[in-house]
Amino acid sequence: MATDVQVKDIAIDIRSVSKLFGDFVALDKVSLGIRDNEFFTLLGPSGCGKTTLLRTIAGFEDVSAGEIVLYGKDIASLPPNKRPVNTVFQQYALFPHMDVMQNVKFGLLRQGVDEVEATKRVSEVLELVQLNQFANRLPSQMSGGQQQRVALARALAPKPKVLLLDEPLSALDLKLRQAVRLELQQIQNETGITFVFVTHDQEEALTMSDRIAVINDGQVQQVGTAEEIYEAPKNKFVADFIGETNLIDVKVKSVSGGKASCILPGGAAINCSAADGAKAGDGHLSIRPERVALVSPTKGTFVGTVTRQIYLGTDMHVDVQLDDSETVKVRVQNSKVAKIPEIGTKAGLNFDSDAARLLVD
Amino acid sequence: MASKKIDLRYFPGFLPLTYLCLFLLYAPLIIVLVYSFNDSVSITKWGGLSLRWYSDVFFGPEAPKFQTAAFNSLTIAVIAATVSTTIATLAATAMIRAGNFKGRSFGFVLINLPIMVPEIVTAVATLIFFSAIGFTTGYLTILIAHIVFCIPFAYLPIAARMQSIDNTYEQAALDLYATKFEAFKLVLLPLMAPGILSGFLLAFIISLDDFIITNFVKGAGIETLPTAIFGSVKRGIQPNIMAISTLLLLVSVVFVTLSYLVGRAGEKSK
Repeated sequence: MATDVQVKDIAIDIRSVSKLFGDFVALDKVSLGIRDNEFFTLLGPSGCGKTTLLRTIAGFEDVSAGEIVLYGKDIASLPPNKRPVNTVFQQYALFPHMDVMQNVKFGLLRQGVDEVEATKRVSEVLELVQLNQFANRLPSQMSGGQQQRVALARALAPKPKVLLLDEPLSALDLKLRQAVRLELQQIQNETGITFVFVTHDQEEALTMSDRIAVINDGQVQQVGTAEEIYEAPKNKFVADFIGETNLIDVKVKSVSGGKASCILPGGAAINCSAADGAKAGDGHLSIRPERVALVSPTKGTFVGTVTRQIYLGTDMHVDVQLDDSETVKVRVQNSKVAKIPEIGTKAGLNFDSDAARLLVD
Repeated sequence: MASKKIDLRYFPGFLPLTYLCLFLLYAPLIIVLVYSFNDSVSITKWGGLSLRWYSDVFFGPEAPKFQTAAFNSLTIAVIAATVSTTIATLAATAMIRAGNFKGRSFGFVLINLPIMVPEIVTAVATLIFFSAIGFTTGYLTILIAHIVFCIPFAYLPIAARMQSIDNTYEQAALDLYATKFEAFKLVLLPLMAPGILSGFLLAFIISLDDFIITNFVKGAGIETLPTAIFGSVKRGIQPNIMAISTLLLLVSVVFVTLSYLVGRAGEKSK
């Protein structure tokens, strides 16, 4: 990863940005480097500060402390209209008294682009979002999905250096959302504009982003690719928020070189991978349910009793209670061949040592 | 018998009471309206249908007086409504879009004071104020007084409208390189238009109808339509007063209806 940073330029460098609302700390010394031409996602639960961070980049919120450097220039003190970034708002905020053409043209005309040039650019971006034939419609005459694309076209028209997207898909229904995801990715690829995308939907984040910043309590928890964040979560919050996981309290005997050796509650010893910064003492292990294998009781490293089965279509979710009362969630692919043990029967559990990961608390 | 649905019709006596109120409110108006078409010099005896009193209003001996008064009323109403609507729009922008600044609640009270203070008190106070500063009463004092008491009436529909407009529209405008003034002019103002028009019409009609304050601050030698009517009535009610009252009623009804329709159209278009 380190070499990557040198290859790609940094588009936005957020340097220990804090934002206070009265006594409430919305952003706590956030530092992030968003790269040029990257689809970057800010992911976190509601109220975590992700939208506030986006709004400080757009200029709708002042920062209480810190710098926001856009391609080498500190923009933290500039008003929104002086920042070469555009926003796609959650509720689109299309001007209801203007038709699609006027909406999309708005930013260009304010920038001083002449009428002819602006009209040309508008048809270009409307082409991009496949809405050319709707140029003379009013927003109120369009469906939610179409309005969403007008909002995207309007924000893209002035060729911003960075496009900010504030949960733009949350107002769409599921089917449409999935289609728009692909479209957004495609448009990002075609235009080469850096996208900063805010969402609370982990699936959206995992499927669309080049990199993700997981945010909680106004702090960046972890930054990485979807795979890094899912496979190698840094702390309890990230492991728990992204996907499903088993969190197990362990005693950590030693940590060195990304490996750790721990004692499970039942007394069994286990070697596992360790996140940077994990220490000896009390700790937590994360094991993804799909990385645990159900085997016969005689072959399992651990043995427990099946307490619950949930049918999920493609998968089967099984809860296995170990003898020491810890419950382990297991996810098994649904196949007619594999036999799932009945509720109340014994089952063995196996997992590779690299499936377990020691977290930073 | 014991219906769970609460319906006003189940309250005994409610319906007769409603009819009584409506009767007391509108019967005098209807009598004036009907008798304005009376072909008789008596105001109580019916002498057949005629437009003679309307013709008297426009061409009779009192016509020049009424025409001057009507001209004064209309110009004052137009200017007062325009100025007070402008002030009310700016005030609403400050009150609703400028966050919670110091003195905001006080400002709200100040703007709406003319509605809450008894009109006679405002009238006396305004007259005392003008004479204290040595201002000659006349057209200008009426105009200033009207501008002041029209502000809250213009403010209410404008503020209501502005409150219902999400401020992300202005943020979107700023985001798209508009200056604050451009965001106001190109985005907020057009969205506000129905509220502003509604406020203007309301202010216009309030100014046109005002009697008490006008009568106090007008001084000698100048009349608006309501004070001219009052002056005429003092010498005895002539049937032509009924005609002119009916005309004034018509103007009021048209403007209030317009104000209502414009406000409602604005609600729908959002």
